[in-house]
Amino acid sequence: MELIVVLVVIVVVAVILIGIYNGLIGRRNRVDEALSQIQVQLKRRHDLIPNLVEAVRGYMQFEQKVLTDVTNARAAAVAAGSQGVPAQAQAENALTGTLRSLFAVVENYPDLKANQNVLALQEQLTTTENQISFSRQHYNATVLDYNNGIQTFPNNVFAGMFGFAKRDFFEAEPEAADVPQVNLSLS
Amino acid sequence: MMKTTFYAQEAVNRRESVILVIAVLALLGALGFTIGYGTSGSTAGAVAVTLGALGLGALLSVGSYFGGDKLVLASSDAKEVDAESEPQLMNVVQEMALAAGVPMPKVYVIDDTAPNAFATGRDPQHASVAVTSGLLQKLDREELQGVLGHELSHVRNFDIRFSLLVAVLVGSIALLADFFLRFTFWGGGRRSSRDDRGGGLAAILFIVAIVLAILAPIVARLVQLAVSRQREYLADASSVELTRNPQGLERALAKIAEDQEVLEVANRATAHLYFTNPIKKFEARAGSMFSTHPPIIDRINRLRQLTGEQPLAEAEAQPLSGLD
Repeated sequence: MELIVVLVVIVVVAVILIGIYNGLIGRRNRVDEALSQIQVQLKRRHDLIPNLVEAVRGYMQFEQKVLTDVTNARAAAVAAGSQGVPAQAQAENALTGTLRSLFAVVENYPDLKANQNVLALQEQLTTTENQISFSRQHYNATVLDYNNGIQTFPNNVFAGMFGFAKRDFFEAEPEAADVPQVNLSLS
Repeated sequence: MMKTTFYAQEAVNRRESVILVIAVLALLGALGFTIGYGTSGSTAGAVAVTLGALGLGALLSVGSYFGGDKLVLASSDAKEVDAESEPQLMNVVQEMALAAGVPMPKVYVIDDTAPNAFATGRDPQHASVAVTSGLLQKLDREELQGVLGHELSHVRNFDIRFSLLVAVLVGSIALLADFFLRFTFWGGGRRSSRDDRGGGLAAILFIVAIVLAILAPIVARLVQLAVSRQREYLADASSVELTRNPQGLERALAKIAEDQEVLEVANRATAHLYFTNPIKKFEARAGSMFSTHPPIIDRINRLRQLTGEQPLAEAEAQPLSGLD
């Protein structure tokens, strides 16, 4: 009789442990998926920028510096892709700054502002910036869910044993808190 | 009671909808039990009656579960769009889908100047979102993002499936009550043999069953409307979780509520699906128990709590009062 009770207890404990393990696996995989989703968005931005630069170049003879800044920042961001997350984040934020300057300058050119190609590309870049932000936001949401999962009781008892480690949130670089410099001069 | 984070608001809304569903379940149980015991004099009879009603209700809802979204879209004259025909709309939907972590839904546009939107679909993998052309014209990008965040939150929170569950329960109550009342008042010949079974308790429960059968469908319907209102508040809070921008949604609410146009394709059967109640009538209907949507003023004030702003002042609230 006692044997049956012991067996039942073992089975129940095993089922609970399996549930905990699978739950944590699911959450960790969501974190990884969210991370690669950010990369997808960053690449999309890299691909869009050359088109934008070409679309506006003809109209903006006096603004070559702004265009050159954008092109260089893009190249740096692509290169930083292989240098680890902090270096990449810094390069991407620098690129964002140059794009903001470009859009501010476009405001000075009525012909350019009304140009359908430029408007379409601006919308594409706006949405890409938003999608990058939302991917990062969603990544943070999955990290929160996962960290809660491994730190609350009773999961925390088994998390270390199963090899689940805490993950870090995506944090904006200190430079991101600075106001972007927008150069509106014509020289 | 102030709820200053969207997490807190979401938690309250979820808890209250669950409590309401439990209330409907209890009502169904009570009705089934009293009818079953009152007519058959045994608990086995009671259980059988309740399960039978639930089973029938579920069967009737299966069709709506699998085909309901196509039906609603077809009856609303909605046309599917893509990135070429509506780039900004598709981009905004994509942004919200990314933030919510759900797959991209199908996107439809309804050709009507009245601004409104709805979402349908049994789960995120089979979801559709529809907006009117009026909405696209009248809202700016931030406001559109707020509305689409709200609609995608309905998808993400499985609200369509949740309201179907509630509809099954309410439908079962109505069915059970209806059958019982007909059986009692038109099948009168059987009454004499009933007195012999179960004795006094069965007779008492029989009376209780009649009372419940009259009241339960009405009460269940009121609970269903209350659940619908809670899920709307939840979708508002979830939209802010996605956009982190309460003002966009707030401005959209005010703009859409003040617009006097009537959405022609909407009718009473589909009204509950829309972002704001599309049926505009002159009597003050909002804030009552009979409304599928909460009053606009309440929705705006809850959003204002999230940013620490003061609720709408009397003068600002005046044009919006009585609207949902």
